[in-house]
Amino acid sequence: MVDTPHPNRSAEAGAPMPRTSRLTALLHRSEALRGYLLMAPTLLIMTLGIAIPFLILVAMSTWTRDGFGFDTTPTINNYLRVWTEPVFGALMTRSFWISGVATVATVILCYPMAYYVAFHVHRRKMLWIILMTLPFWTSYLLRVFAWKVILGYEGVINSGLMSLGFIEQPLEFLLYSQEAVIITLAHAWAAFAILPIYVSLEKIDRSLLEAATDLGDGPVRRFLRVTLPLSMPGVIAASFLIFIPTTGDYITPALLGGPDGAMIGNFIQLQFGPVNNWPMGATLAIVLMFWITAVALAFLFLTRALRERLT
Amino acid sequence: MSQGTYIKRHNRALQIYAVVFLIVLYVPVLFIPLFSFNDSVYVRFPLQGFTLQWYGELWTREPVWNALWNSVRVGAVVSVISTMLGVVAARAITRYRMPGKSALVTFIMMPLVIPGIIFGVALLVLMSRLGVPLSLYTVGLGHLIFCLPFAVATLLPRFEGFDPSMEEASMDLGENGWWTFWRVTFPMVFPGVVASLLLTFTISFDEFIMAFFLTGTDPTLPMYIWGQLRFPQEFPSVLALSALILIASFVLVFVAQWIGRVGLDQNKETP
Repeated sequence: MVDTPHPNRSAEAGAPMPRTSRLTALLHRSEALRGYLLMAPTLLIMTLGIAIPFLILVAMSTWTRDGFGFDTTPTINNYLRVWTEPVFGALMTRSFWISGVATVATVILCYPMAYYVAFHVHRRKMLWIILMTLPFWTSYLLRVFAWKVILGYEGVINSGLMSLGFIEQPLEFLLYSQEAVIITLAHAWAAFAILPIYVSLEKIDRSLLEAATDLGDGPVRRFLRVTLPLSMPGVIAASFLIFIPTTGDYITPALLGGPDGAMIGNFIQLQFGPVNNWPMGATLAIVLMFWITAVALAFLFLTRALRERLT
Repeated sequence: MSQGTYIKRHNRALQIYAVVFLIVLYVPVLFIPLFSFNDSVYVRFPLQGFTLQWYGELWTREPVWNALWNSVRVGAVVSVISTMLGVVAARAITRYRMPGKSALVTFIMMPLVIPGIIFGVALLVLMSRLGVPLSLYTVGLGHLIFCLPFAVATLLPRFEGFDPSMEEASMDLGENGWWTFWRVTFPMVFPGVVASLLLTFTISFDEFIMAFFLTGTDPTLPMYIWGQLRFPQEFPSVLALSALILIASFVLVFVAQWIGRVGLDQNKETP
């Protein structure tokens, strides 16, 4: 079927045509070519903006800082440093730990919400979905800033508790900690968890649930044996969509993390900013990218395995 | 559609959870406007009384207006370009069979998932190697990469939702490809185009991490706010500015989502 010409297009191609429009004729005949041509501007921009910069980033990661310039002799010294110096490994582990905890927390907290909208909201479903996803579209910077206002030394929680007389001194652990980063990330990425879980729950054939009930399963067993397994693709997609971008987050750890909550993104920024060691920054970005790819592949295999089990 | 009786049964606990969830989702952001009306430089309880002075102060500040103008310009250009490219790409994805399509779609959607900092530093390195000075143009390019996936994702369901035989009918009745697009395809996907314009504008307007690495001397509004966060005495006016930005974003996105979805559901109901 792939190259079968469309009926009306073949009619056009059959019409007498001047020789100069051979290209046009080819375009009319080849569906794929027309598709590629339409995609070309978008792909060009994405290549210019992603692929080429990334290749240069890879090249730069093999360079060495040399005063204000670069020594462009390729070496793998930067990678060796990242591999051998414990600070980098610790930073990477911490980034994955923080975003891992935030991901699990977000998915667990959002699952009942998605479940409620999928099974218990019958009218104005769209309004609920928009309400749940609306904050996600507004400024990420400002949402993180809002948490700084809340968790700050004299912030909403501390000053509120103090004026109510519950505490004498502000609680210092609220701001500049890993917990602050985790809370903020979980709150900021909620929409990314709700949508995929909601979609997978909505797709579940309701007659399966009825069958389970008819065959004697109570609500809990029905949920554990039918609903939850069938919604796993959504849960996995949600975890993926939160875990990957949050590992490289910069704003949240920068505003709320302090020294204990700093993540790999902050370190990359340091290399490009105050430390001014661009090749090292490039190396860290590539290493982050490598780990992200590894995690993405793991998620991919997980989804495949799950799909095979479900079908 | 028949649903099991147990589904119709109200689950009180779940309902309460859902309401609490929505409250927790919105309340943190609401502290920003709340404290922007507080008559004190300190952002803390108890509130000191109502004032509009922080808003008045913003009004007279030249850099705020400059940053706003920068953000609006970048946002407008980026939203128009990304929506135009999105229309073309979404059409190609839905209408044509081409080998390697899913790989291409994955490539376009990459910025949705990969941390923005990687694209930010990669573009920064490219610009510095090419000797291109950082400016609003470089910020715009960064935003374009970031907005394109959203434009395509917003427009794809539109193109999937409408019947290709409409286009074929128009061609059979003698319109050429160009006029078929403007008189049949475009009106059908128009709500998606509006939604995409509004969404991509908002994303670009609020975007921080790309701008953080790619801004030259002209800051965008989020960059201006970031700069002001260092000065505690500026906190109240930052809150006032943030409150205004949040309101604008909420309205734009709500309208975009409404337009983007309402029509889609109608399409499905009328086969």
